[in-house]
Amino acid sequence: MREAATPAQRLRRVLLTVGPGAFWLVLFVLIPTLIVLVVSLMSRGSLGQPVPPFGLHNYVRFFSDPLFLEIIGRSLWIGLWSTLLVILLGYPLAFYIAQSRYKEVLLLLVVIPFFTNFLIRVYAWIVVFQKEGLLNAFITAFGLPPAELLPSTLAVYVATVYTYLPFFVLPLYAAVERIDWSLLEAAYDLGARPVRAFFEAIFPQTLPGLLAGFLLVFIPAVGTFVIADLLGGGKVTLVGNLIQLQFGSAQNWAFGSAASMVLMAMVLLGLWLYARTQGERGLDRLV
Amino acid sequence: MKRILSFHAGLVFAFLYLPILVIVALSFNQSRFGVRFTGFTLEWYARLFSNERILEYLTNTLIVAVVSTAVSTVLGTLLAVGLVRYEFRLKNALRYLLYVPVVVPDVVMGISLLLLFDVVRDAIGWPRLSLFTIILAHISFQIAYVTLVVRARLVLLDPTLEEAAKDLGATSWQTFREVTLPLIMPGVMAGALLAFSLSLDDFVITFFTAGSGSTTLPLYIYSSVKLGIRPEIHALSTLMVGVTVLVILLGVLFWKKR
Amino acid sequence: MLFRGKRERKLGDSVAVQLEGVTKRFGDVRAVDNVSLEVRDGEFFSLLGPSGCGKTTLLRMIAGFETPDEGRILIGGKDMTDVPPYLRPVNTVFQSYALFPHMNVEQNIAFGLRMKRMPKEEIARRVAWALELVNLSGFEKRRPDQMSGGQRQRVALARALVNEPEVLLLDEPLSALDLKLRQELRVDLMNLQERLGITFIFVTHDQEEALVMSDRIAVMNRGRIEQLGPTEEIYELPKTAFVARFIGDSNLIPAKAIEPRKVRTSLGDFVLDDDDALIPGQEVLLSIRPEKIRLFRERPSLPNVFRAKVDDIIYTGSENLYILLADGQRLMCETLNHDIQEPGHEEFDYDEEVWVALTPEKLVVIQEEGHA
Ligand SMILES: Nc1ncnc2c1ncn2[C@@H]1O[C@H](COP(=O)(O)OP(=O)(O)OP(=O)(O)O)[C@@H](O)[C@H]1O
Ligand SMILES: [Mg+2]
Repeated sequence: MREAATPAQRLRRVLLTVGPGAFWLVLFVLIPTLIVLVVSLMSRGSLGQPVPPFGLHNYVRFFSDPLFLEIIGRSLWIGLWSTLLVILLGYPLAFYIAQSRYKEVLLLLVVIPFFTNFLIRVYAWIVVFQKEGLLNAFITAFGLPPAELLPSTLAVYVATVYTYLPFFVLPLYAAVERIDWSLLEAAYDLGARPVRAFFEAIFPQTLPGLLAGFLLVFIPAVGTFVIADLLGGGKVTLVGNLIQLQFGSAQNWAFGSAASMVLMAMVLLGLWLYARTQGERGLDRLV
Repeated sequence: MKRILSFHAGLVFAFLYLPILVIVALSFNQSRFGVRFTGFTLEWYARLFSNERILEYLTNTLIVAVVSTAVSTVLGTLLAVGLVRYEFRLKNALRYLLYVPVVVPDVVMGISLLLLFDVVRDAIGWPRLSLFTIILAHISFQIAYVTLVVRARLVLLDPTLEEAAKDLGATSWQTFREVTLPLIMPGVMAGALLAFSLSLDDFVITFFTAGSGSTTLPLYIYSSVKLGIRPEIHALSTLMVGVTVLVILLGVLFWKKR
Repeated sequence: MLFRGKRERKLGDSVAVQLEGVTKRFGDVRAVDNVSLEVRDGEFFSLLGPSGCGKTTLLRMIAGFETPDEGRILIGGKDMTDVPPYLRPVNTVFQSYALFPHMNVEQNIAFGLRMKRMPKEEIARRVAWALELVNLSGFEKRRPDQMSGGQRQRVALARALVNEPEVLLLDEPLSALDLKLRQELRVDLMNLQERLGITFIFVTHDQEEALVMSDRIAVMNRGRIEQLGPTEEIYELPKTAFVARFIGDSNLIPAKAIEPRKVRTSLGDFVLDDDDALIPGQEVLLSIRPEKIRLFRERPSLPNVFRAKVDDIIYTGSENLYILLADGQRLMCETLNHDIQEPGHEEFDYDEEVWVALTPEKLVVIQEEGHA
């Protein structure tokens, strides 16, 4: 569709609709990202501010220090395992909700934590895990000595899974709702056993939702700093914490920018793999 | 099989609600520490309300959410219309740029905006980190969500309806106001709601773009939590969960009526 | 076949719409390929052709929803090639009607007038007039989704006509309706057009519809105009094999000219009565309508006579359709189902050997390169 119009009218229309938003995105998304890239190539000034000379030294430092490599590895590791745990909990749940008589109510029960403030959800686990918390109340009730549960990697895992579980269930539920169940009958009809029939007929139909949900959990889980900050306090350092530290008390914006670029590269790699299999419609599923 | 599924679902829901319920219960607990329930009290709520700063933080949060949602809804809706209806150069580049705020981790987005404001301030002495910079930052991620939500609605709209309007003498703007906008309104509302709740919920990006005097509720909660458990925070959390539930229920009721 | 053209029609001499070498490409597809035509004032003009031949695209360019890649479009003598749709003095009745779902009938019809900032009372008066025109008074407050297909169609018509356009564009406006309604609305549309004197450009793939309703027809194929002319001419004198096949049923017989007015075919040598003389040796196609073929039991003393066998008979009530075989070639022949059995109107049986006569005046010569 290319409506009749003079070039001037066409330009005006595009400028009036796309113009302001595009301008905003360029100014506040594209340019800042480029600034991060530039700053990541600079050095630390006496006040922590980025100054010349330019070079790859921040990246060299990042990749030559086992400490930082360990941080990257830990972020990926925790991100990956949390995501897998989320799937383990969320995948059957989506099916249960879709087949339940009370699915509207159950869906609502997933939506409520989804919209509950992120910090409150993390905070709730402090209350559970702290020394005088719920878990230790249980443990001591059995006559055992109270455990040091905070800060701990366990707490980080639990809170990460907890925080991002609704992010996964909702898109997956949308996929489960659209499942064509007659394929399952067809598979049975062709002699497949239940487990086989499920993986042949049903699982592929949920795959787009599953992959979208995976990314929706994995990306923020890898990038988070709040959860590790509040529940892993000092003990569990992720890339996010490293970045926050460099922009905070460590006062090394150049190095922090380099760490940001590394994090971004990891995320973009995942996205690239995802977009290659799922195409642009897959990207739309991430909203 | 069904039994296993429902047992599993029961466990997951318990996992989802246990921590929230603990906080709600503790907010009415007399004991300042620990999880033993020693008696009912509203003291923590009273203390919360006597803290005048809280009201200020709430106002800040709402100012940011309302202003940023208004701006991002307008910009995002227009952007969606232009992307769906018109052809122009660099359209693909713009489409990819749109996904950036959705997929880039909050921390990276936060520090990138911090750097931008810093660079600009070095150059022209403005803007100070304040509510204003928080609003700019929020719009920057909201815009993408609004655009994508509205666009999803817009592609379902039969373009001949817009052609019919122009055929009947409506200019592009009149067509948008009289036909396109009313028909995509559900999408625009959904986009605005999403933008609003994202703004209320955001901590990380606010954290990097806030200055002194621009504390929002999430920032307050974070700094309080860093200092340790406080029953007032239980009370505040309970209230916020309550408001969330209320808004969702109202939304469901409203949606069911239509 | 009833033709619009047979009735008395007075058309203006001025040109309502003029296309000059209009071409529109979608990628590699030439949806409209170098089309030039003129539509006269007050004319009922049809664009007829098979699915995908570019009718809609051509209409959309006149309305302003597409820009031609080449060529010019003039409406009322003014170049409108780059003028946006809302500034063109044309209105469209869309195939899907495109009624605004969030407005009731009244609001739909008033839309165009409201855009022109007409006073409220004037709008109300005209909307009432338009509703009356399409017989929908009393339906003002209905929503489009509470109406039948035929009613929606009439709302779409009223919504366009109320603006008093110079030209009304209709894209298969009847195709979504059932046969009976379609036939009723044909008459309604024709009467409306005559009464209002508005130029109609009517797109259809239904040849009967076009023949019944139009003053002139442009037959399109693969983005090009195959033939343009008054309705009767299109039917009686197809210029290309495509037109002959597409409009009604036609018998096509390959032939080779041996004299300026005589051709040789596998069925025998035929004399012609055509104004255009042929060059001997030229390959042509002869076209003759089934109802123009005459059958005899005894050899008649007429020109262009040959023997054929009745292969099949289809009775359609008022007509008998004979499928004839002659030298491996199938011919269709339609005769009226008379009671009188006179030569040329006899009834025949299966497998009967008959004499076929092709009247020279009814034999149409199609001179087309490599007749498709
Ligand atoms: N927007 C478009 N993009 C690409 N190709 C198009 C577009 N519109 C039409 N075409 C192509 O142009 C050709 C003509 O299409 P058009 O719609 O004009 O045909 P039509 O004669 O109206 O057919 P129908 O009777 O089926 O409505 C077709 O091959 C069609 O596939
Ligand atoms: Mg068409």
